[in-house]
Amino acid sequence: MKKGIFTIEQNVPLTDSVYRLRLAGDASHVTAPGQFVNIALPELFLRRPISVCDAAPGLLTLIYKTVGKGTEKLAVMSPGQTLDILTGLGNGFDVSLAGKRPLLLGGGIGSAPLYLLARYLRQQGKDVAVVLGFNTKSEVFYEKEFHALGCDVTVTTADGSYGTPGFVTDGLPENYSFYYACGPEPMLRAVYERAAGSGQMSFEARMGCGFGACMGCTRQTLAGPKRVCRDGPVFRKEEILWEA
Amino acid sequence: MGSMSVTLCGVPLDNPVIPASGTFGYGYEFAQLYDINCLGTFSFKGTTREPRFGNPAPRIAECQGGMLNAVGLQNPGVEAVAARELPRLRECFHKPVMANVSGFSLEDYAYTCAKLDREPQVGWLEVNISCPNVHGGGMSFGTDPKAAASVVRAVKAVTKKPVIMKLTPNVTDIAAVARACEDAGADGLSLINTVQAMRIDLKTRRPLLANGTGGLSGPAVFPVAVRMVYQVYEAVSIPVVGLGGVSSAEDVIEMMLAGATAVQVGAANLRDPYACRDIIAALPAAMERYGIENLQDIIGGAHHG
Repeated sequence: MKKGIFTIEQNVPLTDSVYRLRLAGDASHVTAPGQFVNIALPELFLRRPISVCDAAPGLLTLIYKTVGKGTEKLAVMSPGQTLDILTGLGNGFDVSLAGKRPLLLGGGIGSAPLYLLARYLRQQGKDVAVVLGFNTKSEVFYEKEFHALGCDVTVTTADGSYGTPGFVTDGLPENYSFYYACGPEPMLRAVYERAAGSGQMSFEARMGCGFGACMGCTRQTLAGPKRVCRDGPVFRKEEILWEA
Repeated sequence: MGSMSVTLCGVPLDNPVIPASGTFGYGYEFAQLYDINCLGTFSFKGTTREPRFGNPAPRIAECQGGMLNAVGLQNPGVEAVAARELPRLRECFHKPVMANVSGFSLEDYAYTCAKLDREPQVGWLEVNISCPNVHGGGMSFGTDPKAAASVVRAVKAVTKKPVIMKLTPNVTDIAAVARACEDAGADGLSLINTVQAMRIDLKTRRPLLANGTGGLSGPAVFPVAVRMVYQVYEAVSIPVVGLGGVSSAEDVIEMMLAGATAVQVGAANLRDPYACRDIIAALPAAMERYGIENLQDIIGGAHHG
Protein backbone atom coordinates (compact mmCIF):
# COMPACT_ATOMS: atom_id res chain seq x y z
CA MET A 1 0.00 0.00 0.00
CA LYS A 2 1.15 3.51 -0.80
CA LYS A 3 -0.44 6.93 -0.50
CA GLY A 4 0.07 9.11 -3.53
CA ILE A 5 -1.21 12.19 -5.29
CA PHE A 6 -2.56 11.56 -8.78
CA THR A 7 -3.49 14.06 -11.46
CA ILE A 8 -6.62 13.51 -13.51
CA GLU A 9 -5.79 13.21 -17.19
CA GLN A 10 -9.18 12.06 -18.42
CA ASN A 11 -12.59 11.51 -16.81
CA VAL A 12 -15.08 10.50 -19.49
CA PRO A 13 -18.43 8.69 -19.53
CA LEU A 14 -18.50 5.27 -21.21
CA THR A 15 -22.25 4.86 -20.64
CA ASP A 16 -24.96 6.87 -18.80
CA SER A 17 -23.48 6.01 -15.40
CA VAL A 18 -20.06 4.44 -16.01
CA TYR A 19 -16.94 6.61 -16.27
CA ARG A 20 -13.31 6.01 -17.11
CA LEU A 21 -10.76 7.91 -15.06
CA ARG A 22 -7.16 8.10 -16.27
CA LEU A 23 -4.70 9.26 -13.64
CA ALA A 24 -1.05 10.23 -13.82
CA GLY A 25 1.02 9.26 -10.79
CA ASP A 26 3.05 6.50 -9.21
CA ALA A 27 1.16 3.29 -10.01
CA SER A 28 4.06 1.01 -9.04
CA HIS A 29 2.29 -0.29 -5.93
CA VAL A 30 -0.35 -2.02 -8.01
CA THR A 31 1.15 -5.49 -7.93
CA ALA A 32 -1.69 -7.72 -9.17
CA PRO A 33 -4.83 -7.48 -11.29
CA GLY A 34 -7.95 -7.39 -9.13
CA GLN A 35 -6.49 -4.99 -6.57
CA PHE A 36 -8.25 -1.73 -5.77
CA VAL A 37 -7.44 1.83 -4.77
CA ASN A 38 -9.08 4.03 -2.12
CA ILE A 39 -9.77 7.62 -3.08
CA ALA A 40 -10.13 10.55 -0.66
CA LEU A 41 -12.75 13.03 -1.83
CA PRO A 42 -13.42 16.56 -0.56
CA GLU A 43 -15.93 16.76 2.32
CA LEU A 44 -16.35 12.99 2.53
CA PHE A 45 -14.90 11.34 5.62
CA LEU A 46 -14.34 7.87 4.21
CA ARG A 47 -12.39 7.10 1.07
CA ARG A 48 -14.09 5.38 -1.85
CA PRO A 49 -12.72 2.00 -2.99
CA ILE A 50 -12.53 1.56 -6.77
CA SER A 51 -11.08 -1.44 -8.61
CA VAL A 52 -8.07 -1.00 -10.88
CA CYS A 53 -8.93 -1.44 -14.55
CA ASP A 54 -5.41 -0.95 -15.84
CA ALA A 55 -2.02 0.14 -14.55
CA ALA A 56 1.20 1.05 -16.33
CA PRO A 57 4.28 2.97 -15.16
CA GLY A 58 3.01 6.44 -14.24
CA LEU A 59 -0.57 5.71 -15.29
CA LEU A 60 -3.61 4.32 -13.52
CA THR A 61 -6.96 3.63 -15.20
CA LEU A 62 -10.12 3.20 -13.14
CA ILE A 63 -13.65 2.52 -14.32
CA TYR A 64 -16.40 3.43 -11.88
CA LYS A 65 -20.16 3.63 -11.77
CA THR A 66 -22.00 6.54 -10.15
CA VAL A 67 -23.89 4.88 -7.32
CA GLY A 68 -23.78 7.51 -4.56
CA LYS A 69 -22.30 10.71 -3.18
CA GLY A 70 -18.65 9.74 -3.63
CA THR A 71 -18.78 8.52 -7.21
CA GLU A 72 -21.06 11.44 -8.15
CA LYS A 73 -18.42 13.86 -6.81
CA LEU A 74 -15.78 11.97 -8.77
CA ALA A 75 -17.82 12.17 -11.98
CA VAL A 76 -17.74 15.99 -12.05
CA MET A 77 -13.99 16.29 -11.54
CA SER A 78 -11.90 17.59 -14.42
CA PRO A 79 -8.48 16.96 -15.96
CA GLY A 80 -5.75 18.75 -14.02
CA GLN A 81 -7.41 18.24 -10.63
CA THR A 82 -5.57 16.02 -8.15
CA LEU A 83 -6.68 13.14 -5.94
CA ASP A 84 -5.17 11.63 -2.79
CA ILE A 85 -5.23 7.88 -3.40
CA LEU A 86 -4.09 4.77 -1.54
CA THR A 87 -2.89 2.24 -4.11
CA GLY A 88 -1.98 -1.43 -4.00
CA LEU A 89 -4.90 -2.52 -1.79
CA GLY A 90 -6.21 -6.06 -1.63
CA ASN A 91 -4.77 -9.38 -2.74
CA GLY A 92 -5.83 -9.43 -6.40
CA PHE A 93 -6.33 -12.42 -8.68
CA ASP A 94 -3.80 -15.23 -8.70
CA VAL A 95 -2.76 -15.53 -12.35
CA SER A 96 -0.76 -18.69 -11.63
CA LEU A 97 -4.01 -20.63 -11.32
CA ALA A 98 -5.23 -19.78 -14.83
CA GLY A 99 -4.28 -22.90 -16.79
CA LYS A 100 -4.32 -22.83 -20.60
CA ARG A 101 -7.79 -21.43 -21.26
CA PRO A 102 -8.96 -19.22 -18.41
CA LEU A 103 -12.50 -17.87 -18.37
CA LEU A 104 -13.23 -14.34 -17.13
CA LEU A 105 -16.77 -13.54 -15.99
CA GLY A 106 -17.76 -9.93 -15.40
CA GLY A 107 -21.10 -8.54 -14.25
CA GLY A 108 -21.67 -4.84 -14.99
CA ILE A 109 -19.06 -2.64 -13.36
CA GLY A 110 -17.42 -5.85 -12.13
CA SER A 111 -16.01 -6.21 -15.65
CA ALA A 112 -13.53 -3.37 -15.00
CA PRO A 113 -10.82 -5.21 -13.00
CA LEU A 114 -10.96 -8.14 -15.44
CA TYR A 115 -9.33 -5.93 -18.07
CA LEU A 116 -5.93 -5.86 -16.34
CA LEU A 117 -6.30 -9.57 -15.59
CA ALA A 118 -7.01 -10.29 -19.27
CA ARG A 119 -4.00 -8.21 -20.28
CA TYR A 120 -1.69 -10.14 -17.89
CA LEU A 121 -3.05 -13.48 -19.09
CA ARG A 122 -2.74 -12.56 -22.77
CA GLN A 123 0.86 -11.49 -22.16
CA GLN A 124 1.47 -14.99 -20.83
CA GLY A 125 0.04 -16.38 -24.08
CA LYS A 126 -3.14 -17.75 -22.53
CA ASP A 127 -6.24 -18.42 -24.58
CA VAL A 128 -8.62 -16.10 -22.72
CA ALA A 129 -12.43 -16.33 -22.90
CA VAL A 130 -14.42 -13.43 -21.50
CA VAL A 131 -18.14 -13.24 -20.75
CA LEU A 132 -19.44 -9.80 -19.84
CA GLY A 133 -22.98 -9.49 -18.52
CA PHE A 134 -25.05 -6.30 -18.55
CA ASN A 135 -28.70 -5.39 -18.00
CA THR A 136 -29.20 -3.81 -21.40
CA LYS A 137 -27.39 -2.72 -24.57
CA SER A 138 -26.82 0.88 -23.43
CA GLU A 139 -24.87 -0.33 -20.39
CA VAL A 140 -22.31 -2.36 -22.35
CA PHE A 141 -18.72 -1.11 -22.09
CA TYR A 142 -15.23 -2.38 -22.96
CA GLU A 143 -16.32 -5.12 -25.35
CA LYS A 144 -13.97 -3.72 -28.01
CA GLU A 145 -11.10 -3.28 -25.55
CA PHE A 146 -11.24 -6.94 -24.50
CA HIS A 147 -11.40 -7.90 -28.19
CA ALA A 148 -8.33 -5.78 -28.87
CA LEU A 149 -6.40 -7.81 -26.29
CA GLY A 150 -7.19 -10.92 -28.35
CA CYS A 151 -9.81 -12.37 -25.99
CA ASP A 152 -12.75 -14.44 -27.14
CA VAL A 153 -15.56 -12.13 -25.96
CA THR A 154 -19.23 -12.94 -25.33
CA VAL A 155 -21.64 -10.25 -24.16
CA THR A 156 -24.92 -11.13 -22.48
CA THR A 157 -27.79 -8.76 -21.72
CA ALA A 158 -30.54 -9.56 -19.25
CA ASP A 159 -33.20 -7.98 -21.49
CA GLY A 160 -31.83 -9.59 -24.66
CA SER A 161 -31.23 -6.21 -26.35
CA TYR A 162 -27.65 -7.14 -27.30
CA GLY A 163 -25.52 -10.27 -27.61
CA THR A 164 -26.63 -13.45 -25.89
CA PRO A 165 -29.91 -13.03 -23.98
CA GLY A 166 -29.69 -13.77 -20.26
CA PHE A 167 -26.98 -13.64 -17.60
CA VAL A 168 -23.26 -14.45 -17.70
CA THR A 169 -24.17 -17.96 -16.65
CA ASP A 170 -26.09 -18.28 -19.95
CA GLY A 171 -22.91 -17.52 -21.88
CA LEU A 172 -20.56 -20.04 -20.27
CA PRO A 173 -18.29 -21.77 -22.81
CA GLU A 174 -17.86 -25.53 -22.67
CA ASN A 175 -14.15 -25.72 -22.13
CA TYR A 176 -12.09 -23.64 -19.77
CA SER A 177 -9.32 -24.39 -17.33
CA PHE A 178 -10.18 -22.02 -14.44
CA TYR A 179 -12.56 -19.10 -13.96
CA TYR A 180 -12.21 -15.62 -12.50
CA ALA A 181 -15.43 -13.75 -11.66
CA CYS A 182 -16.26 -10.24 -10.50
CA GLY A 183 -19.72 -8.76 -10.20
CA PRO A 184 -22.69 -8.31 -7.90
CA GLU A 185 -23.13 -11.01 -5.26
CA PRO A 186 -26.20 -12.69 -6.85
CA MET A 187 -24.17 -13.12 -10.04
CA LEU A 188 -21.21 -14.57 -8.13
CA ARG A 189 -23.50 -16.98 -6.38
CA ALA A 190 -25.04 -18.10 -9.68
CA VAL A 191 -21.54 -18.62 -11.09
CA TYR A 192 -20.55 -20.56 -7.97
CA GLU A 193 -23.53 -22.85 -8.42
CA ARG A 194 -23.47 -23.27 -12.20
CA ALA A 195 -19.90 -22.95 -13.45
CA ALA A 196 -17.94 -26.19 -13.44
CA GLY A 197 -14.46 -26.46 -11.98
CA SER A 198 -12.52 -24.16 -9.73
CA GLY A 199 -12.26 -20.40 -9.72
CA GLN A 200 -11.66 -17.17 -7.90
CA MET A 201 -14.24 -14.50 -7.15
CA SER A 202 -13.85 -10.84 -6.30
CA PHE A 203 -16.32 -9.42 -3.79
CA GLU A 204 -17.61 -5.95 -3.09
CA ALA A 205 -18.13 -4.67 0.44
CA ARG A 206 -18.95 -1.47 2.26
CA MET A 207 -15.54 -0.61 3.67
CA GLY A 208 -14.25 1.65 6.39
CA CYS A 209 -10.52 1.96 5.88
CA GLY A 210 -9.83 -0.36 2.93
CA PHE A 211 -6.50 -1.58 4.34
CA GLY A 212 -7.35 -4.03 7.10
CA ALA A 213 -7.53 -1.89 10.23
CA CYS A 214 -11.19 -1.41 11.07
CA MET A 215 -12.80 -4.84 10.53
CA GLY A 216 -15.70 -3.05 8.81
CA CYS A 217 -15.90 -5.36 5.79
CA THR A 218 -15.37 -8.79 7.35
CA ARG A 219 -16.98 -11.76 5.63
CA GLN A 220 -17.33 -15.24 7.08
CA THR A 221 -15.53 -17.92 5.04
CA LEU A 222 -14.82 -21.62 5.45
CA ALA A 223 -11.33 -20.55 6.55
CA GLY A 224 -12.68 -18.21 9.24
CA PRO A 225 -13.49 -14.49 9.22
CA LYS A 226 -11.73 -12.63 6.40
CA ARG A 227 -11.44 -8.92 5.69
CA VAL A 228 -12.66 -8.29 2.14
CA CYS A 229 -10.26 -5.33 1.86
CA ARG A 230 -7.10 -7.04 3.04
CA ASP A 231 -7.54 -10.83 2.85
CA GLY A 232 -9.66 -10.32 -0.31
CA PRO A 233 -11.33 -8.93 -2.29
CA VAL A 234 -10.52 -12.09 -4.25
CA PHE A 235 -11.37 -15.43 -2.65
CA ARG A 236 -10.97 -19.01 -3.83
CA LYS A 237 -14.24 -20.73 -4.66
CA GLU A 238 -13.36 -23.42 -2.10
CA GLU A 239 -13.33 -20.99 0.84
CA ILE A 240 -16.50 -19.04 0.07
CA LEU A 241 -19.50 -19.21 2.39
CA TRP A 242 -22.84 -17.72 1.33
CA GLU A 243 -25.29 -16.15 3.72
CA ALA A 244 -28.56 -18.07 3.80
CA MET B 1 13.51 22.63 21.87
CA GLY B 2 10.69 21.72 24.23
CA SER B 3 9.51 18.29 25.20
CA MET B 4 6.55 16.27 23.95
CA SER B 5 6.93 13.60 26.61
CA VAL B 6 4.24 12.90 29.19
CA THR B 7 3.79 10.30 31.90
CA LEU B 8 0.66 8.16 31.86
CA CYS B 9 -0.05 6.29 35.10
CA GLY B 10 3.64 6.17 35.91
CA VAL B 11 4.73 4.97 32.48
CA PRO B 12 6.60 7.53 30.36
CA LEU B 13 5.51 8.25 26.78
CA ASP B 14 7.76 9.97 24.21
CA ASN B 15 4.70 11.89 23.07
CA PRO B 16 1.00 11.83 23.96
CA VAL B 17 -0.28 10.45 20.63
CA ILE B 18 -1.89 7.00 20.83
CA PRO B 19 -3.84 5.27 18.03
CA ALA B 20 -7.17 4.25 19.51
CA SER B 21 -8.35 0.69 19.85
CA GLY B 22 -10.12 -0.74 16.83
CA THR B 23 -8.48 1.61 14.36
CA PHE B 24 -4.95 0.18 14.43
CA GLY B 25 -5.37 -3.59 14.61
CA TYR B 26 -2.40 -5.12 16.41
CA GLY B 27 -0.06 -2.60 14.82
CA TYR B 28 1.71 -4.65 12.20
CA GLU B 29 -0.48 -3.56 9.27
CA PHE B 30 0.67 0.01 9.93
CA ALA B 31 4.27 -1.04 10.56
CA GLN B 32 4.46 -1.83 6.84
CA LEU B 33 3.82 1.86 6.16
CA TYR B 34 6.03 3.61 8.70
CA ASP B 35 8.06 2.96 11.83
CA ILE B 36 5.31 2.85 14.44
CA ASN B 37 7.87 3.33 17.21
CA CYS B 38 7.32 7.06 16.67
CA LEU B 39 4.01 6.64 18.54
CA GLY B 40 3.62 7.30 22.25
CA THR B 41 2.06 3.86 22.39
CA PHE B 42 -1.03 2.34 20.79
CA SER B 43 -4.14 0.64 22.05
CA PHE B 44 -4.66 -2.67 20.32
CA LYS B 45 -7.91 -4.12 18.98
CA GLY B 46 -10.51 -4.78 21.69
CA THR B 47 -9.93 -8.31 22.96
CA THR B 48 -12.44 -10.63 24.59
CA ARG B 49 -12.25 -13.97 26.37
CA GLU B 50 -13.68 -15.92 23.41
CA PRO B 51 -13.20 -15.27 19.67
CA ARG B 52 -15.92 -13.05 18.22
CA PHE B 53 -17.04 -12.69 14.61
CA GLY B 54 -18.84 -9.44 15.36
CA ASN B 55 -21.96 -8.04 13.73
CA PRO B 56 -23.39 -8.76 10.27
CA ALA B 57 -22.66 -6.40 7.34
CA PRO B 58 -23.01 -3.57 6.65
CA ARG B 59 -20.98 -2.47 9.65
CA ILE B 60 -19.92 0.95 8.38
CA ALA B 61 -21.82 4.11 7.48
CA GLU B 62 -20.75 7.68 6.86
CA CYS B 63 -21.99 11.14 7.81
CA GLN B 64 -20.86 14.75 7.64
CA GLY B 65 -17.57 14.92 9.48
CA GLY B 66 -17.42 11.34 10.55
CA MET B 67 -18.50 7.75 10.39
CA LEU B 68 -20.56 5.14 12.19
CA ASN B 69 -19.34 1.66 12.95
CA ALA B 70 -21.04 -1.40 14.32
CA VAL B 71 -18.18 -3.88 14.09
CA GLY B 72 -19.20 -5.55 17.36
CA LEU B 73 -15.79 -6.39 18.81
CA GLN B 74 -14.57 -8.78 16.16
CA ASN B 75 -11.38 -10.34 17.54
CA PRO B 76 -9.70 -13.76 17.67
CA GLY B 77 -10.03 -14.11 21.47
CA VAL B 78 -7.40 -13.60 24.14
CA GLU B 79 -5.63 -16.96 23.68
CA ALA B 80 -5.02 -16.30 20.00
CA VAL B 81 -4.04 -12.70 20.71
CA ALA B 82 -1.39 -13.85 23.18
CA ALA B 83 -0.18 -16.72 20.96
CA ARG B 84 -0.36 -15.11 17.52
CA GLU B 85 -0.86 -11.35 17.53
CA LEU B 86 1.42 -10.19 20.35
CA PRO B 87 4.53 -11.97 19.01
CA ARG B 88 3.98 -10.20 15.66
CA LEU B 89 3.36 -6.91 17.45
CA ARG B 90 6.58 -7.33 19.43
CA GLU B 91 8.58 -7.54 16.20
CA CYS B 92 7.52 -4.10 15.01
CA PHE B 93 6.82 -2.17 18.23
CA HIS B 94 9.32 -1.93 21.05
CA LYS B 95 7.49 0.16 23.66
CA PRO B 96 4.86 -0.76 26.23
CA VAL B 97 1.52 -1.29 24.49
CA MET B 98 -1.99 -0.58 25.76
CA ALA B 99 -4.12 -3.73 25.92
CA ASN B 100 -7.80 -3.04 25.25
CA VAL B 101 -10.15 -5.51 26.90
CA SER B 102 -13.89 -6.01 26.61
CA GLY B 103 -16.28 -8.42 28.24
CA PHE B 104 -19.81 -9.55 28.91
CA SER B 105 -19.49 -10.39 32.61
CA LEU B 106 -17.19 -9.55 35.52
CA GLU B 107 -15.63 -13.00 35.11
CA ASP B 108 -14.90 -12.28 31.43
CA TYR B 109 -13.16 -9.02 32.24
CA ALA B 110 -11.11 -10.60 35.04
CA TYR B 111 -10.17 -13.65 32.93
CA THR B 112 -9.00 -11.63 29.93
CA CYS B 113 -7.16 -9.07 32.04
CA ALA B 114 -5.41 -11.81 34.03
CA LYS B 115 -4.18 -13.37 30.77
CA LEU B 116 -2.92 -10.06 29.41
CA ASP B 117 -1.38 -9.13 32.77
CA ARG B 118 1.17 -11.89 32.08
CA GLU B 119 2.31 -10.26 28.83
CA PRO B 120 5.48 -8.28 29.54
CA GLN B 121 4.86 -5.78 26.74
CA VAL B 122 1.47 -4.73 28.09
CA GLY B 123 2.01 -1.42 29.87
CA TRP B 124 -1.60 -0.55 30.63
CA LEU B 125 -4.92 -2.38 30.57
CA GLU B 126 -7.59 -0.25 28.94
CA VAL B 127 -10.90 -1.73 30.01
CA ASN B 128 -13.74 -1.00 27.62
CA ILE B 129 -17.04 -0.58 29.46
CA SER B 130 -18.41 1.48 26.62
CA CYS B 131 -18.88 -0.51 23.42
CA PRO B 132 -22.29 0.53 22.03
CA ASN B 133 -22.43 -2.28 19.49
CA VAL B 134 -22.77 -5.42 21.58
CA HIS B 135 -25.66 -6.70 23.65
CA GLY B 136 -25.49 -7.64 27.31
CA GLY B 137 -21.99 -6.28 27.87
CA GLY B 138 -19.77 -3.37 26.99
CA MET B 139 -21.75 -0.20 27.43
CA SER B 140 -24.21 -1.67 29.92
CA PHE B 141 -21.35 -1.64 32.47
CA GLY B 142 -20.33 1.89 31.59
CA THR B 143 -23.71 3.59 31.96
CA ASP B 144 -24.15 2.72 35.64
CA PRO B 145 -21.61 3.97 38.23
CA LYS B 146 -22.07 0.91 40.46
CA ALA B 147 -21.62 -1.57 37.59
CA ALA B 148 -18.58 0.37 36.37
CA ALA B 149 -17.04 0.21 39.85
CA SER B 150 -17.63 -3.54 40.01
CA VAL B 151 -15.65 -4.03 36.79
CA VAL B 152 -12.80 -1.91 38.19
CA ARG B 153 -12.66 -4.05 41.35
CA ALA B 154 -12.80 -7.32 39.38
CA VAL B 155 -9.94 -6.21 37.16
CA LYS B 156 -7.78 -4.61 39.86
CA ALA B 157 -7.92 -7.92 41.75
CA VAL B 158 -6.05 -9.71 38.94
CA THR B 159 -3.44 -7.20 37.78
CA LYS B 160 -0.75 -4.90 39.11
CA LYS B 161 -0.60 -3.03 35.81
CA PRO B 162 -2.27 0.37 35.53
CA VAL B 163 -5.97 0.00 34.75
CA ILE B 164 -7.54 2.64 32.51
CA MET B 165 -11.32 2.49 32.25
CA LYS B 166 -12.69 3.49 28.83
CA LEU B 167 -15.92 5.41 29.31
CA THR B 168 -18.97 5.91 27.15
CA PRO B 169 -20.40 9.34 26.31
CA ASN B 170 -23.89 7.81 26.19
CA VAL B 171 -24.73 8.88 29.74
CA THR B 172 -26.26 11.96 31.34
CA ASP B 173 -23.53 12.36 33.96
CA ILE B 174 -20.12 11.11 32.88
CA ALA B 175 -18.50 12.65 35.97
CA ALA B 176 -20.49 10.29 38.20
CA VAL B 177 -19.20 7.22 36.31
CA ALA B 178 -15.68 8.66 36.35
CA ARG B 179 -15.77 9.22 40.13
CA ALA B 180 -17.14 5.72 40.73
CA CYS B 181 -14.23 4.25 38.76
CA GLU B 182 -11.69 6.36 40.64
CA ASP B 183 -13.20 5.42 44.01
CA ALA B 184 -13.04 1.71 43.05
CA GLY B 185 -9.32 1.99 42.34
CA ALA B 186 -8.97 2.79 38.63
CA ASP B 187 -5.57 4.24 37.72
CA GLY B 188 -6.83 6.28 34.78
CA LEU B 189 -9.77 6.94 32.49
CA SER B 190 -10.08 7.18 28.71
CA LEU B 191 -12.95 8.94 26.99
CA ILE B 192 -14.95 9.13 24.86
CA ASN B 193 -15.90 5.91 23.13
CA THR B 194 -18.27 6.39 20.18
CA VAL B 195 -21.60 8.19 20.40
CA GLN B 196 -24.58 5.94 19.73
CA ALA B 197 -26.01 6.91 16.36
CA MET B 198 -28.05 5.77 13.35
CA ARG B 199 -28.40 6.37 9.62
CA ILE B 200 -31.42 5.34 7.57
CA ASP B 201 -31.28 4.24 3.93
CA LEU B 202 -33.83 6.30 1.97
CA LYS B 203 -34.26 3.58 -0.63
CA THR B 204 -34.97 0.69 1.71
CA ARG B 205 -36.39 2.91 4.52
CA ARG B 206 -34.48 0.80 7.02
CA PRO B 207 -31.46 1.53 9.22
CA LEU B 208 -28.34 1.45 7.09
CA LEU B 209 -26.31 -0.61 9.55
CA ALA B 210 -27.35 -4.24 9.94
CA ASN B 211 -27.08 -3.73 13.71
CA GLY B 212 -29.51 -0.80 13.53
CA THR B 213 -27.42 1.53 15.64
CA GLY B 214 -23.70 2.13 15.53
CA GLY B 215 -21.09 4.34 17.14
CA LEU B 216 -20.33 7.78 15.73
CA SER B 217 -16.70 8.88 15.56
CA GLY B 218 -14.61 11.41 13.67
CA PRO B 219 -14.38 15.23 13.79
CA ALA B 220 -18.17 15.45 14.34
CA VAL B 221 -17.76 14.25 17.95
CA PHE B 222 -14.63 16.25 18.84
CA PRO B 223 -16.40 19.09 20.73
CA VAL B 224 -18.45 16.55 22.70
CA ALA B 225 -15.24 14.76 23.66
CA VAL B 226 -13.50 18.00 24.70
CA ARG B 227 -16.48 18.91 26.89
CA MET B 228 -16.52 15.52 28.59
CA VAL B 229 -12.76 15.41 29.14
CA TYR B 230 -13.06 18.88 30.70
CA GLN B 231 -15.85 17.74 33.02
CA VAL B 232 -14.10 14.52 34.03
CA TYR B 233 -10.80 16.33 34.68
CA GLU B 234 -12.65 18.48 37.24
CA ALA B 235 -14.30 15.44 38.84
CA VAL B 236 -11.28 13.16 39.39
CA SER B 237 -7.58 13.32 40.18
CA ILE B 238 -6.45 10.26 38.17
CA PRO B 239 -5.10 10.86 34.62
CA VAL B 240 -7.50 11.16 31.71
CA VAL B 241 -6.79 9.97 28.16
CA GLY B 242 -8.78 12.13 25.74
CA LEU B 243 -10.18 10.83 22.47
CA GLY B 244 -13.00 11.47 20.05
CA GLY B 245 -12.48 13.00 16.62
CA VAL B 246 -8.88 14.09 17.14
CA SER B 247 -7.35 14.70 13.70
CA SER B 248 -4.58 17.28 14.06
CA ALA B 249 -1.76 18.49 16.31
CA GLU B 250 -4.02 21.42 17.29
CA ASP B 251 -6.73 18.94 18.37
CA VAL B 252 -4.15 17.18 20.56
CA ILE B 253 -3.26 20.46 22.26
CA GLU B 254 -6.95 21.37 22.75
CA MET B 255 -7.66 17.98 24.29
CA MET B 256 -4.70 18.37 26.67
CA LEU B 257 -5.85 21.85 27.67
CA ALA B 258 -9.23 20.28 28.51
CA GLY B 259 -7.42 17.89 30.86
CA ALA B 260 -6.04 14.98 28.87
CA THR B 261 -2.64 13.57 29.87
CA ALA B 262 -2.47 11.64 26.59
CA VAL B 263 -4.59 11.71 23.47
CA GLN B 264 -5.91 8.90 21.32
CA VAL B 265 -6.55 9.17 17.60
CA GLY B 266 -9.21 6.85 16.17
CA ALA B 267 -11.25 7.43 13.04
CA ALA B 268 -8.56 9.64 11.49
CA ASN B 269 -6.39 6.52 11.04
CA LEU B 270 -9.08 4.97 8.87
CA ARG B 271 -9.19 7.88 6.43
CA ASP B 272 -5.44 8.27 6.44
CA PRO B 273 -3.18 5.47 7.70
CA TYR B 274 -0.39 8.03 8.21
CA ALA B 275 -2.55 10.28 10.44
CA CYS B 276 -0.74 9.59 13.74
CA ARG B 277 2.73 9.86 12.22
CA ASP B 278 1.76 13.19 10.63
CA ILE B 279 0.16 14.55 13.82
CA ILE B 280 3.34 13.74 15.81
CA ALA B 281 5.48 15.38 13.12
CA ALA B 282 3.28 18.50 13.25
CA LEU B 283 3.29 18.82 17.06
CA PRO B 284 6.59 20.71 17.56
CA ALA B 285 5.56 23.51 15.17
CA ALA B 286 2.09 23.70 16.73
CA MET B 287 3.64 23.87 20.22
CA GLU B 288 5.88 26.70 19.12
CA ARG B 289 2.95 28.57 17.56
CA TYR B 290 1.05 28.47 20.86
CA GLY B 291 4.05 29.16 23.08
CA ILE B 292 4.20 25.68 24.60
CA GLU B 293 7.59 24.60 25.96
CA ASN B 294 6.65 21.24 27.47
CA LEU B 295 3.41 19.45 26.62
CA GLN B 296 3.18 17.97 30.11
CA ASP B 297 2.76 21.53 31.46
CA ILE B 298 -0.47 22.28 29.55
CA ILE B 299 -2.53 19.36 30.86
CA GLY B 300 -5.75 20.86 32.19
CA GLY B 301 -4.54 24.34 31.29
CA ALA B 302 -8.05 25.49 30.36
CA HIS B 303 -9.27 25.10 33.95
CA HIS B 304 -7.37 27.82 35.74
CA GLY B 305 -9.32 31.05 35.87
